[in-house]
Amino acid sequence: MHIRHPKDFLTGVMFIFFGAAAMAMSVGLNIGTAAKMGPGYFPFVLGALLGVLGAVILLRGVAGASGSHEWPILQVKPLAAVLLSVVLFSQVLLPLGLLLSTVLLVVLSSTASHEFRWKEALVNAAVLVTIILVVFVYFLEFQIPVWPAFVAGRG
Amino acid sequence: MELLANLALGFQTAASPMNLLYCLVGALIGTLIGVLPGIGPVQTIAILLPTTFALPPVSALIMLAGIYYGAQYGGSTTSILVNVPGEASSVVTCLDGHQMARQGRAGAALTIAALGSFVAGCFATLVLAVLAVPLSEVAFKFGPAEYFSLMVFGLIGSVVLASSSLIKAVGMIVLGLLLGMIGTDVTSGAHRFTFGILELSDGIGFVSLAMGLFGICDIINSLEKREKRDILKTKLTGLWLKKADLKLALPAVLRGTLLGSLLGILPGGGAIISSFTAYMIEKKSSRHPESFGKGNICGVAGPESANNAASQTSFVPLLTLGIPPNVVLAMMAGAMMIHGIQPGPRVITSNPALFWGVIVSMWMGNVILVLLNLPLVGIWVRLLSVPYRLLFPAILLFCCIGLYSVNNNTFDIGLTALCGFLGYVFHKLECEPAPLILGFVLGPMMEENLRRCMLLSRGDPTVFFTRPLSLTFLVLAAAMLIVVALPTIRRGRAKAFTE
Repeated sequence: MHIRHPKDFLTGVMFIFFGAAAMAMSVGLNIGTAAKMGPGYFPFVLGALLGVLGAVILLRGVAGASGSHEWPILQVKPLAAVLLSVVLFSQVLLPLGLLLSTVLLVVLSSTASHEFRWKEALVNAAVLVTIILVVFVYFLEFQIPVWPAFVAGRG
Repeated sequence: MELLANLALGFQTAASPMNLLYCLVGALIGTLIGVLPGIGPVQTIAILLPTTFALPPVSALIMLAGIYYGAQYGGSTTSILVNVPGEASSVVTCLDGHQMARQGRAGAALTIAALGSFVAGCFATLVLAVLAVPLSEVAFKFGPAEYFSLMVFGLIGSVVLASSSLIKAVGMIVLGLLLGMIGTDVTSGAHRFTFGILELSDGIGFVSLAMGLFGICDIINSLEKREKRDILKTKLTGLWLKKADLKLALPAVLRGTLLGSLLGILPGGGAIISSFTAYMIEKKSSRHPESFGKGNICGVAGPESANNAASQTSFVPLLTLGIPPNVVLAMMAGAMMIHGIQPGPRVITSNPALFWGVIVSMWMGNVILVLLNLPLVGIWVRLLSVPYRLLFPAILLFCCIGLYSVNNNTFDIGLTALCGFLGYVFHKLECEPAPLILGFVLGPMMEENLRRCMLLSRGDPTVFFTRPLSLTFLVLAAAMLIVVALPTIRRGRAKAFTE
């Protein structure tokens, strides 16, 4: 089988996956009847609709005439650096506090750029730490831990 | 003269020192973020949503409206000065605006953009005020069947006009509707699709979804492009227009205003379509069509007025019917719901101060933009010279802190990263995220109306076709789908999109 439009093909796969997942999970929820709909009714119908749309898009991706023939190109570095830095921030914010978390977020995310330089990223982090301390902690009085838990004596 | 009394009430609310301040702050930071390259109104609102949470609803909405215009204005500034449109609706402004800047007429271009937007804003506010009451009275006569069909019509309408691939866009709507189902089912109390995660029992946070799909995802995409921006080095001198320029541009402003006000009300209308249409009209009706694309001032004045008028009148369907006609208004709807206000015909009667206050503040926001932003253009330009590698970590940081502040928990931050990843996948597969957000916002309302309607009709689905108004909406929706799916029109549309 030759896939002529990879992006359409993959979109179809994605829609079918989400549609099927929604249907499968709705079944466990009590579907009910049209007159007395259970919590699973509408999601089940939507899942089915999404699956059908996905199938049409998938078929078009295999056999359709028009559209681009390129496979999507992924670049791992920006994707990984940005997402990981955000996830890391969410994990360390409470134990390490705002100061250290900010430095980690800024430095790690900066590596995503092709123009990354250590010194510049560190200076940027220092500037941003100052700004958020003044704006969020001092002026807006955000309820957010600033220092690491072991320094501030939080359990 | 009920209208005057209403507007007076609005002035009372909007002109209170606090609200005036929030309007000002909103317009300023909206411009500040909107000026950053590649960040349009949707991204700006997504990034700044959490900043409004601590405020009372009226002030929050006033500030958000300010952010919205600010961002749009910021977008035209970058289009004119560096040829980087912040969003689709200012692509057109690039064509002639940037050429004007290259000829040393950046000041004139910026001024006509601001003045055109101001005129358009004034007129559109009036349209909104006049239409609001009668339309919301019509909406009160709607039963659940009419509402459901209206939402179908609105959702289809929003993708028919604005999407390049119809079937993918419809799929994205359905996916959005499904995402809107996550959380506790209101009727039965059952947890749906929560995977046993406690934080998901309230559903996916609107802020997380919007920030992930637009804020985080756009950062990743910009980093992939590695583009070098050419920054305009010429100095900005003379913001004032020459008399000849004004005489040339004024009719274009008026044409743009009328066109935009009209298109903004339609579902799926709004800023993008109106600016493109306005440009076409200006070019076709001009005596010198060849001068377009080479710095014709009408090519800036028409589209800029049109997109501002449209962005204002597109509040009409949201505030009177509860249907957001495009993605920016879906963001506003999401924000209203977070503040406990269900957008729809009830707002106007149950909360008149809020309703008229927001409407009047839109007009004030326009005044503030003209008075404040034109003198500040120099600062915005300097902001543009900050390299992206220093800017994006700052944006990420503010997103994260904002997200934490919404519920004081870190779960939302992780969820946003996940939404960012989803947004990235969508982008790679050329699926637009805007229809998904619209579906997400309307999902719960649609389900509720469907359930109520089917309960009343005892499970008989023909009720949607026997009630005349409901049938009309469904027929219109079907007609739009068929018309767009026809091959001849598809070709024409493809041509329109590439132009």
